[in-house]
Amino acid sequence: MKKNSILIVDDEASVRDSLYNWFLEDGFEVSCAEDASKALKILDHEHFDIILADIKMPGMDGLELLRRIKQIIPDAIIIIITAFATVDTAVQALKDGAFDYVTKPFDPDDLSHLIRNALRQVSLQEENETLRERVSVLEQVEDIIGESEAVKKMLSEVEQVAQSNASVIITGESGTGKELIAKAIHANSLRKFFPLVSVHCGALTESLLESELFGHEKGAFTGAVYTRKGRFEMADNGTIFLDEIATISSKMQVELLRVLESKSFVRVGGNKTITSDFRVICATNRDLKKMVNEGSFREDLYYRLNVVNINVPPLRERKDDIPLLVNYFIGKYCKSMSRPIVTMDATAMKRLEDYDFPGNVRELENIIERAIVVGNGKEIKLRDLPLGKAVTISKTESLNDLEKQHIAQVLTKYGWNISRAAQALGIDRVTLYNKIKKYDLKQ
Amino acid sequence: MAINTMKPLNQINLVSFGITDKALLEMLRSQTARIFSCKVQHKEARTELGQFFDGARRQYNADSLLQMVHQNYSNEDAKTIGLFQVDLFIPILTYIFGQAYLNGQTAVASGYRLVDERYGIKTNRQNYPERFLKEVIHELGHNFGLIHCRSVGCVMQASTYVEDIDLKNADFCPACRLQLEH
Repeated sequence: MKKNSILIVDDEASVRDSLYNWFLEDGFEVSCAEDASKALKILDHEHFDIILADIKMPGMDGLELLRRIKQIIPDAIIIIITAFATVDTAVQALKDGAFDYVTKPFDPDDLSHLIRNALRQVSLQEENETLRERVSVLEQVEDIIGESEAVKKMLSEVEQVAQSNASVIITGESGTGKELIAKAIHANSLRKFFPLVSVHCGALTESLLESELFGHEKGAFTGAVYTRKGRFEMADNGTIFLDEIATISSKMQVELLRVLESKSFVRVGGNKTITSDFRVICATNRDLKKMVNEGSFREDLYYRLNVVNINVPPLRERKDDIPLLVNYFIGKYCKSMSRPIVTMDATAMKRLEDYDFPGNVRELENIIERAIVVGNGKEIKLRDLPLGKAVTISKTESLNDLEKQHIAQVLTKYGWNISRAAQALGIDRVTLYNKIKKYDLKQ
Repeated sequence: MAINTMKPLNQINLVSFGITDKALLEMLRSQTARIFSCKVQHKEARTELGQFFDGARRQYNADSLLQMVHQNYSNEDAKTIGLFQVDLFIPILTYIFGQAYLNGQTAVASGYRLVDERYGIKTNRQNYPERFLKEVIHELGHNFGLIHCRSVGCVMQASTYVEDIDLKNADFCPACRLQLEH
């Protein structure tokens, strides 16, 4: 069991010795200091659960020591020892943050109670610290794989925004994992014990979306054979995630704005106003600001939704994460297919790292799943990847870069046989020589 | 229960100062010998205690008494406990029942505050010898390196009132006994 520690600060040797013995017998690790400056020096490199300090000391007194310690260690538990004559000062000490004070000489039972209470405070502080650490660890982010700076920044934004009630727009290309971010925000919010309701706006027609979001009363339209709760109603106390928000019609934009402002709505075909307390998280792969400028998305709705914007980076901007993601998906699919874990050939991994992934993480996931299915069950090789042999050039690279890489590949393919390479490229030898010189290609 | 496998100890010395109750002293001697399974000798001291009296507090300074017993009556081969019938204090506390050098050779204990009449309770002298014995065992336990124990009934439980002393046994819990043996 961990021993509790105590620092005794008193200029009287007899008091120090008495307390030293008392606490030693009580199982404490005890240290003593004869004045405040020595105490501060000890505290510089040692932690104590409890500090017991006399108020009257030559030089720096107990009150000043208390203030100094509180500046450095705000949580320090300091008990002030005082004589009857200085009770007022002791009260001041309490105001300055002392845990308690004792008037000397004190009753052994009072001291026992005081120390017991102080130790309870120590354990509460430790428990509080543990809980704080546990809370600060984001939940449900296991599927957000990556150690790149871009991912760390994004997770830090998730952590910051989760505890608030602010509306969030998650932007990012298709397949980057916007829904995972929405789940992480919800799971780390105060609403986590209530539902996260997802609506894929792009998959529904206007009338269906209206019925989906607001619900409908029985008989509201043909086929409405029973009353149905809408998604806003289901998300009461929780979070509603509206994916592909840019696809909703102008009419729905108006409806949505009204609901967001009043947090109330009427079911389709109904006349009763229903209120719901929900948080909105939207996602889109479109540039909403541009849509606002073009007039295809309402500006007021944009500002209502875009309180916080989290951008999910495309995979090509966090290529460092590709090996991690590959291993994660290999583990995931081998497990779901009840197969032994396969490895990935270095050439295949290199090809993936060079690839641009227009479909982002979703595309990588599909590639790995396919490779496990078609592979030999031991190692994923280049031939198992549906990428062909050509390397897709990054969009940011120029035509010259493309030409340079292509010529280099063809030269390598023909073992730097200039005639054959020129023939394959459809240019004459002189032109090929000029290009080798221009691009500084070397064998 | 007696400890039969305790680490070798030649002797425990009980040195009494002004205690006239021979039966009490004999009981303390025999029970201490039984509990620690070693030779226990009683010696009556003649030291004048006036010099340890603090006029302002009207109590006896336990720190000074402990030093005096250590210097005059203690030796390296034995644990020595001074038995008193005076009100003990240490500078920071209003009173104490006894005190000891942790892992040392010497201790002191007093029966002064172990009687009911000090607390306004009807006198019941039956509890007194048992309380004194528990204090003696407790302080000697500190000499053997034991610290306060939280096991219910263990003689090494901290006691600040006589009621606390009555609640514990005059013997060690299994954990403390094990520590004594090693």
